[in-house]
Amino acid sequence: MYLILHIWRQQGPRDKGHFERHEARDVSEHMSFLEMLDVINEQLIEAGKDPIAFDHDCREGICGMCGMVVNGEAHGPQRQTTTCQLHMRQFQNGDELWIEPWRASGFPIIKDLSVDRSAFDRIIQAGGYVSIRTGSAPDANEIPIPKGVSDHAMDAAACIGCGACVAACPNASASLFVAAKVSHLGLLPQGQAERPDRVRKMVAQMDAEQFGACTNHAECEAACPKGISISFIARMNRDHLKSMIASSDDVEARPAK
Amino acid sequence: MNLDAREPSGPIEDRWTQHKASSKLVAPANRRKYKVIVVGTGLAGGAAAATLGELGYKVQCFCFQDSPRRAHSIAAQGGINAAKNYQNDGDSVYRLFYDTVKGGDFRSRESNVYRLSELSVSIIDQAVAQGVPFAREYGGLLANRSFGGAQVSRTFYARGQTGQQLLLGAYSALARQIEAGTVDMHPRTEMLDLIVVDGKARGIVTRHLVTGKVEAHVADVVILCTGGYGNVFFLSTNAQGSNCTAAWRAHRRGALFANPCYTQIHPTCIPQSGSYQSKLTLMSESLRNDGRVWVPRNEEDVGKDPTKIPEQDRYYYLEERYPAFGNLVPRDVASRNALYVTNDGLGIGPEVDGERRGVYLDFADAINRLGEQTIRERYGNLFEMYERITGDSPYQTPMRIYPATHYTMGGLWVDYNLMSTIDGLFVGGEANFSDHGANRLGASALMQGLADGYFVLPFTIGNYLGTERNFDGVSEDHPDVRAAVDDVNSRISSLLSAPKAKHAPQWFHRKLGSIIWHQCGMSRNGEGLSQAIDDIRELREQFHREVKVTGGEGEFNQTLERAGRVADFMELGELMCRDALDRAESCGGHFREEHQTEDGEAARRDDEFSYVAAWEFSGDPAQPTLHKEPLTFEYVKPVQRSYK
Ligand SMILES: Cc1cc2nc3c(=O)[nH]c(=O)nc-3n(C[C@H](O)[C@H](O)[C@H](O)COP(=O)(O)OP(=O)(O)OC[C@H]3O[C@@H](n4cnc5c(N)ncnc54)[C@H](O)[C@@H]3O)c2cc1C
Ligand code: FES
Repeated sequence: MYLILHIWRQQGPRDKGHFERHEARDVSEHMSFLEMLDVINEQLIEAGKDPIAFDHDCREGICGMCGMVVNGEAHGPQRQTTTCQLHMRQFQNGDELWIEPWRASGFPIIKDLSVDRSAFDRIIQAGGYVSIRTGSAPDANEIPIPKGVSDHAMDAAACIGCGACVAACPNASASLFVAAKVSHLGLLPQGQAERPDRVRKMVAQMDAEQFGACTNHAECEAACPKGISISFIARMNRDHLKSMIASSDDVEARPAK
Repeated sequence: MNLDAREPSGPIEDRWTQHKASSKLVAPANRRKYKVIVVGTGLAGGAAAATLGELGYKVQCFCFQDSPRRAHSIAAQGGINAAKNYQNDGDSVYRLFYDTVKGGDFRSRESNVYRLSELSVSIIDQAVAQGVPFAREYGGLLANRSFGGAQVSRTFYARGQTGQQLLLGAYSALARQIEAGTVDMHPRTEMLDLIVVDGKARGIVTRHLVTGKVEAHVADVVILCTGGYGNVFFLSTNAQGSNCTAAWRAHRRGALFANPCYTQIHPTCIPQSGSYQSKLTLMSESLRNDGRVWVPRNEEDVGKDPTKIPEQDRYYYLEERYPAFGNLVPRDVASRNALYVTNDGLGIGPEVDGERRGVYLDFADAINRLGEQTIRERYGNLFEMYERITGDSPYQTPMRIYPATHYTMGGLWVDYNLMSTIDGLFVGGEANFSDHGANRLGASALMQGLADGYFVLPFTIGNYLGTERNFDGVSEDHPDVRAAVDDVNSRISSLLSAPKAKHAPQWFHRKLGSIIWHQCGMSRNGEGLSQAIDDIRELREQFHREVKVTGGEGEFNQTLERAGRVADFMELGELMCRDALDRAESCGGHFREEHQTEDGEAARRDDEFSYVAAWEFSGDPAQPTLHKEPLTFEYVKPVQRSYK
């Protein structure tokens, strides 16, 4: 397979950036998308040029470290598939591809296709946990949880925190990510005590991180490699409203970096 | 050197309790005076950092990914063992202990393994309280499954994402401590050296992967939870960034490296499809519960459509050779047999570098027997993943599988307190050698990582600090600290300026992997190992002469990161081969062709090799010194494993 690639190159956050044209020859359909880039990078290095920077680690669709926009779609054309799991058989000989980083003000570009997603960590730090001391837990079977509830919590917990939802959203909203986390803990009995506070704190932090508002485009759900449903956003909004009505004190977000 | 494991004595079931009762504690108000460094945020490091922070220590935590939640523990699929006996099928702490010692082929330390089994129970409680959504039965109680041929159902799981869910639990506990200000988190920061002052571990040197800044961090205790070294094989199921640098640099500073030749090659992975391949993907072991493993009986059939090969021409080699266990033989046995049939020219699938390295895992019978719907419910997401990678549907044609490196049982030597041979340097999780002997049982690495992180390290660190008490202040200007920083800087400069720079670091990594895979993989022999040692040394020299790293040190430079990791793998690879050569017996994942029973099974030699091989760095990677920790078995008497 032969492909023409236009890859976003940007030295650092302050650089303007541009597309750089590359040709990929002898691409096997069995290669993953990242392996195709590996081959280009190895050639660039041997030619003494700067290889393309991109984040990745597990390469099996679970760590959430990889992610790029391919021809306008976050993680590329295949549904429910991370970039590292995207294989070249999804493309055709002669295709021309535009490859870009996640673009959102909440995710500043580090270099080329690599972005800073530390905002997600700060949102979790704001309240995405159950406060339980190590060693103080009761027996695990003490609280039965209906299978349906537990499965539903797992649907939300499957989020890999890659940021494709933000990249796909016309408003660069992080609602799907935050909703997945809020719902995972909010559905379980263990998460009830902190449920009202959690949602307020996490939403406040999300707003402080320059992510946009959700206006129901549902592009996030379509781009999510784990198929997280936007119904969790509605759930989060309900929880948030309830909690805002019930409580009068303000929560304070940490400054975004 | 005296390798004192500091194991408590007395009845095995009381040892941990006794040990805790007689250990020193640090008073709550004093804890914030102690600085603890935790390198790694997987299950072991994440759990340790969160718990130590919660106890009130001043914790500095490091990982090379952009977020602590992405440590490679996230990729574990199958499950985590615990002796809860919720299924009332006769499980107990003792039975889990027994199975683990036996599964490790009698090459682990009994006291450690017993403690692991004992703590397994609390791990599940902790995880559930954090909100880990383990699978449940209709009655709302926790579900279990039998894993890897175990005779009891003691494995807890969260769909096929158990590692992810457990790690998110530990990560959330860590996030809570970061918010509370007890843990200072440094993502995208790689440890490149250990700082040792007056014989004690007192800090680390790191490089920030975005800015390139090299700096020293000093502390009173250093804990390494940096994962395994499976990527020495180049192709493995590990993440791309998994590396041995932290452990190797500690080794060079005086920590002994134990049993480096014990590695686990997992039988059910998707075979390599070409020379560009960057990693191998594991397919859960549970597939062997319903899939049948076979290759064609005749060499002329290896290229044929498998569905057209008649029953009598199929060689179900595991079922034929091991009638009692069949397709469920342990990992090492299944892997080695795949190697043998492919060596005999019966491998299937596309040719890569002139060889067909694959065997079939066939679900046709199971689909006939149980219906496609049942199989879809059991393995649907695995089949999808397989199809995404290979383009084939396992509902229509047999899966192709082949063994791949998956886990490393070897690691830094630690005593019962998980302290290495350097005072104040502790090691947890896959990075230490402690609990799995020569072979790890399925669903027991997650258990060990969390036991170490939540329950063992926070306690033994307290004991160490409470015993040592007064630490002289070591500042960033201390000569030993400055020397370590200078060392790191000069290593970086030499990687950036190889005299005849020619090949990218991955070029060398691929070559190293090939040597290790062929000579120190599933089947090893003296001649091959000696050759490998020479070949690696030559490759290492070529590496330092010809490695090409573009860009500079003060920037985001992934080529430089890779080069540093490959440099350390080169040295570790040689030690692995040396250890494998020295261990003239077969045990667990270490199979020496010279030492097998008449019917080709692993032959242990307990009278000579019942010891932990702990290697000391002598200054020259080619001349390590061997120390032995003898192993004694008071409870589980060594027997020959048999699966016939
Ligand atoms: C595909 C796969 C499936 C598995 N399935 C199972 C299973 O079902 N059940 C089971 O029990 N086990 C399973 N295992 C094994 C198990 O997942 C691992 O052994 C375990 O998670 C290791 O945890 P850890 O905390 O020791 O290390 P890791 O999770 O690997 O974490 C290492 C940490 O160290 C950091 N680090 C490493 N080097 C440096 C450095 N130089 N500087 C700074 N930071 C560094 C990394 O950033 C990371 O945070 C599986 C393994 C794989 C690969
Ligand atoms: S690299 Fe881990 S999800 Fe793609």
